[in-house]
Amino acid sequence: MTALPAHDARLPTHDPFAEIHPPLTTDAALAESHRCLYCYDAPCTRACPTHIDVPAFIKKIASGNLTGSARTILDANPMGHSCARACPVEVMCEGACVMNDRDEKPINIALLQRHATDYALAKDLHLFAPGPATGRKVAIIGAGPAGLSCAQDLRRRGHAVTIFESRREPGGLNTCGIAEYKLRAPTALAEARMVLELGATLKTGVSVGRDVMLDALLKDFDAVFVAIGLGATKSLGIPGEQLEGVVDALTFIEVLKLRRAQVKVGRHVVVIGAGNTAIDAVTQAKRLGAESSTIVYRRGEEDMPCYDYEYELGKADGCAFRFHCTPLEVLGRQSTVDGQPQAVSRQPSTVTGLRVRTPAGEEVIPCDMVIKALGQVPRTDFTIPADHPKLFIGGDCANGGAEIVNAAAEGKEAARKINAMLGGN
Amino acid sequence: MADLSVNFAGIRSPNPFWLASGPPANTYGQVARAFDAGWGGAVWKTLGEPIINVYSRYGSIDFGGQRMAGLNNIELITDRPLDDNLKEIAEVKRNYPKHAVIVSLMVESKREAWHEIMKRTEDTGADGVELNFGCPHGMSERGMGAAVGQVPDYACQITQWVKEVATIPVIVKLTPNVTDVTYVARAAKQGGADAISLINTINSIVSVDLDSFAPDPSVRGDGSHGGYCGPAVKPIALNMVSACAADPGVGIPISGIGGISTWRDAAEFIALGATSVQVCTAAMHYGFRIVEDMTDGLSNWMDEKGYRTIYDFAGKSVSHVRKWEDLDLNYFTVAKIDYEKCIECELCFSACEDGAHQAIRRNERGSGRHAVEIIDEACVGCNLCSLVCPVQGCITMTQIPNGAPKVTWKDFTAGKGKLAERPEHFHTAKFG
Repeated sequence: MTALPAHDARLPTHDPFAEIHPPLTTDAALAESHRCLYCYDAPCTRACPTHIDVPAFIKKIASGNLTGSARTILDANPMGHSCARACPVEVMCEGACVMNDRDEKPINIALLQRHATDYALAKDLHLFAPGPATGRKVAIIGAGPAGLSCAQDLRRRGHAVTIFESRREPGGLNTCGIAEYKLRAPTALAEARMVLELGATLKTGVSVGRDVMLDALLKDFDAVFVAIGLGATKSLGIPGEQLEGVVDALTFIEVLKLRRAQVKVGRHVVVIGAGNTAIDAVTQAKRLGAESSTIVYRRGEEDMPCYDYEYELGKADGCAFRFHCTPLEVLGRQSTVDGQPQAVSRQPSTVTGLRVRTPAGEEVIPCDMVIKALGQVPRTDFTIPADHPKLFIGGDCANGGAEIVNAAAEGKEAARKINAMLGGN
Repeated sequence: MADLSVNFAGIRSPNPFWLASGPPANTYGQVARAFDAGWGGAVWKTLGEPIINVYSRYGSIDFGGQRMAGLNNIELITDRPLDDNLKEIAEVKRNYPKHAVIVSLMVESKREAWHEIMKRTEDTGADGVELNFGCPHGMSERGMGAAVGQVPDYACQITQWVKEVATIPVIVKLTPNVTDVTYVARAAKQGGADAISLINTINSIVSVDLDSFAPDPSVRGDGSHGGYCGPAVKPIALNMVSACAADPGVGIPISGIGGISTWRDAAEFIALGATSVQVCTAAMHYGFRIVEDMTDGLSNWMDEKGYRTIYDFAGKSVSHVRKWEDLDLNYFTVAKIDYEKCIECELCFSACEDGAHQAIRRNERGSGRHAVEIIDEACVGCNLCSLVCPVQGCITMTQIPNGAPKVTWKDFTAGKGKLAERPEHFHTAKFG
């Protein structure tokens, strides 16, 4: 097997970043909104962690009140734009829709939500106003969905908010960690901007624990909300993991979202793992022109942690799935000097294959790129003190990694508790 | 296979479906296309004095995603030359001898004018005429259309003038823009009309543009009240047809008009006493091809029911339309929910709780879900829950046998009969 160099994506015949769910036209949104039965105590609303009043916002679309519709959505869920695109609605609101019991397609809640929230962005509506200043100050660590949701609700209650973000841009994984065909970085950034326009101060490139100390924040602010997300992708713990050509899925997605000119995709790509991020990586690699893009998973099809529709998406994109297939070693082309292996980090790619164990014995899957999608580990650079009365926590760092909508719900809940502690309205 | 043909006051038609006088029956080309598509007859768009139409003529309301649930128009009678119309009517009749060709007429209220137009129309070979005493817009400002139909004496007088010269059946088309349509119906009969048709369109403003504040349809920023028609007006038309059918002073054939879009609508009009039906809005919305299902559906339904001709069921509902005081006060029903079919939308709950008698409770069943339950002793059998339920057959109204014989309000207030005991919950007013 000859090693294949990693290369820039060839030009595929289709747009590799085309949205999998394009927006509804006005006519389609109207027709869909009229299908909604307007259930009482609606199951869709109950199924949403932020309890958006779904029938209400849909009826507002039907009546032509898009401003009110967007306000209904974003009042309950400040991350309404990104959730409209990236929520696993099949297992949440749309999965709960009573139409399923009528053997009809559920109401397309996600795209209706997008229809209304896109309107708010297009018209640059300022749907909320900051509350009268309370003189209280809250620090939020992390400008991801949890931090931003908390910020919106605190600003609406009049508390001063300063957000510390280690990256250059706000939005957290919304901006850098979700396949581009689902949620585009500019959308996540616009959504963050709408929150920040309520008067929250954003300090980017500031890492708490390095540039500013938590103790200092606890001293200077009336409350601190920690929403720092998770840390690095789990390690494979097998030989060859350090080779150039082995990347982690979140880095792969971040590069193609934010530094697209630098994106590199192999001709034959193997993705290790079978969660939703693994599907993002394997389909995005295929869409970028990989000749083969294969999931390698140590357990069976029925054990895959990804949602069913994500699996279907991968299959529909022509990705391959190898089950009961345990990675043993990433094989590489080693350059040698005087017979000694040398560092290979500046090589374009040195990966030639992945040695795996299968029920039939060992084999080598030829590939020139390996993407690790094994989930993230908790952050090791930041210790969250337990039981500090001024400290609150939410989002992935609290729940171990969940959906945007969970982070939004937790951010709002933190805002409610902080507000109660501060004696706000 | 059912025989759909009708003999309507002497006008023979292969089926009861006629195009109503209006935009779809304005030219030879349209009427010929309609007959080719299967329509049994057509009432030609109203002939009369020369007029000029405005641009922008229709407005409509959409409801729940349905386009044109109601339509309104400010178009006047035909704006084509009378000679062209008469020539084409004669040609249609020549080429479609078995179809019913009826001509709608409206001229100023002068005996000579009506004599003149009637004679010229008969020369075409048309099967009948329909006197347009109904148009509520435009022509009524000039003393024609509804201005005639709203005054029984005028309607009677003009009908008499026409009948003085007519040798073919004369239908009088009635306006619904009156307090009681039967007055004019009886006047038409008195004037010698061979039949009546109803309803013409209803005075209406369908909508206002919230940017320009002009009513629709807008003619350079202004509008005028127009004639309302389409599916939304069907219940009003059914009531008026039924009132005329039940009135012994009318007693002439009725052509039913108003929101008929399907064979089912047509069958309802016939059950309430019509023996031909006229359709306009549905043909304007979907084209002449809709008549195929109208005839097919009616024929299949009649076969299933064993009706050979439409006269076998025509008028069967008339005697069922009673005064309120004749209804049975001892007939009790209660809603029943089929839980196999329930999808838990709980529309029945909110409808009953906010809009009816608060006779549905919600029982917790875990995971935030609720099961709705009818509180039998509070249910007044009003039907609202079954009407809002989106699942067919999920909520049905079931009779509660109480063994009590029928007692009407008329009986009760005359001291006859005994009211069955009502649940305490009703707080029914006490009498005597």
